Amino acid sequence: MTFEEIYRQEWGQVVATLIRLTGDWELAEECAQEAFAAALQRWPADGVPDRPGAWLTTTARNRAIDWLRREAVGAAKLREAAAIESDQEPPYDVPDDRLRLMFTCCHPALAIEARVALTLRTLAGLSTAEIARAFLVPETTMSKRLTRAKQKIQHAHIPYRVPPAHLLPQRTPAVLAVLYLLFNEGYSDVVRSNLSGEAIRLARLLVQLMPSEPEAGGLLALMLLHDARRDTRLADDGALITLDEQDRSRWDHGQIKEGVDLLDSALDRGAPGPYQIQAAIAACHATARTAGDTDWPQIAALYARLPQTPVVTLNRAVAIGMADGPAVGLRLVQELAEGPLAGYHLLPATRADFLRRLERWPDAKTAYEEALELATTDAERLYLQKRLREVSVRS
Amino acid sequence: MICGDESAAAHADDGCGGWSEEMESRGVVTGAAGLRPPDEATTLRVREGELLLTDGPFAETKEQIGGFVLIDCADLDEAIEIAAKHPAAGYGTIEIRPLLEPPV
Repeated sequence: MTFEEIYRQEWGQVVATLIRLTGDWELAEECAQEAFAAALQRWPADGVPDRPGAWLTTTARNRAIDWLRREAVGAAKLREAAAIESDQEPPYDVPDDRLRLMFTCCHPALAIEARVALTLRTLAGLSTAEIARAFLVPETTMSKRLTRAKQKIQHAHIPYRVPPAHLLPQRTPAVLAVLYLLFNEGYSDVVRSNLSGEAIRLARLLVQLMPSEPEAGGLLALMLLHDARRDTRLADDGALITLDEQDRSRWDHGQIKEGVDLLDSALDRGAPGPYQIQAAIAACHATARTAGDTDWPQIAALYARLPQTPVVTLNRAVAIGMADGPAVGLRLVQELAEGPLAGYHLLPATRADFLRRLERWPDAKTAYEEALELATTDAERLYLQKRLREVSVRS
Repeated sequence: MICGDESAAAHADDGCGGWSEEMESRGVVTGAAGLRPPDEATTLRVREGELLLTDGPFAETKEQIGGFVLIDCADLDEAIEIAAKHPAAGYGTIEIRPLLEPPV
């Protein structure tokens, strides 16, 4: 294992343990950093210890004791140092520590931006500079955001624990939401794809720590199934390639199988939630041999079981249209345009697609033009321009 | 801190429907008071030795603090649980603020 790999794997555990021991988030991070720096100095000569995580935790803990002694202005700090020291064998690898850290970072009393940043810093071990770059804010802004969040945790006494059973139904979705947001930040932007990787890594950890929570498995399955298609979503010129035109032979079929297996064992628990349902939809797409083999009626039925947000409502209409024919799809999309989804930016593109399938070229052209004006990314714009050229030639 | 807009005044004499009894028996309440409406407030500042008085609250916002309860509990999760049970959470807004801890 390279040092980098050990860092990725052990950072969260070291910080999580040190927070439990000291109750001080800043101190925990600093001591973890010093422990990794010490490892970088010692290991090349001494060799990597058998249990690098335990070595790092012990080193970080000793730094914390030293620091508390040095800074001891009152009896309280000395007592703290003594209390940590009396833990002769530092309890390393208590699986609960990272889960505690995850739930605390994702506490709903913190702003969503703070939850995401804190998770990336303390659990995933990204540097403040890396997180700032990923969210396109100056490093000082990100640094303040992190400091403020840690201060709130400390002063408002946000407990460092896995919530008791009666709070889990409301608190687990908060953790899942942070991981999914992280995944989407990375998935929607090639430049920030490392965020998706981090999200998958953290979701794997969550599945391992909460084996009886089927939505954790559902979320990981959903991420893996989407991520398996990552490299086929954009053409060489950067234009979006829609699902039906992606090169399915280039999908990561090993990852698709892992996602489907995870989803199956989650569904076996008989408590399907929104992540499992979305994963089931993604699995329908990912396991269809060709675009024509897609089980659209099943997809439409699955969308009907999700909370009806604008995206879900529109996707459901698309699925029904793909199952029952573009004329039906067009009618549904037009109904939505007059109702709750009026002004929604993805509507014209969807309408244009059904008009194209109906070979109503002039109407399709108008709709694509409308869609182009509302497009939010370059990939979308390039795709829509391509389509617009196609239908313009025919109209 | 219990906040609400003008309509919350209608609940001033509602009582707390068992909340006070439960919290007192748990020993978490260490002080509490309801406040008279903000139009009876007087705001003051002292600047360069001069006392400046204003009629009304310090900020004219739709929601105003109508009362407070001082609680002593384990952590934010318990504070949230206690606040969520208070009847005012159903029609107004409750702000939970940690107390400033005295310097060591």
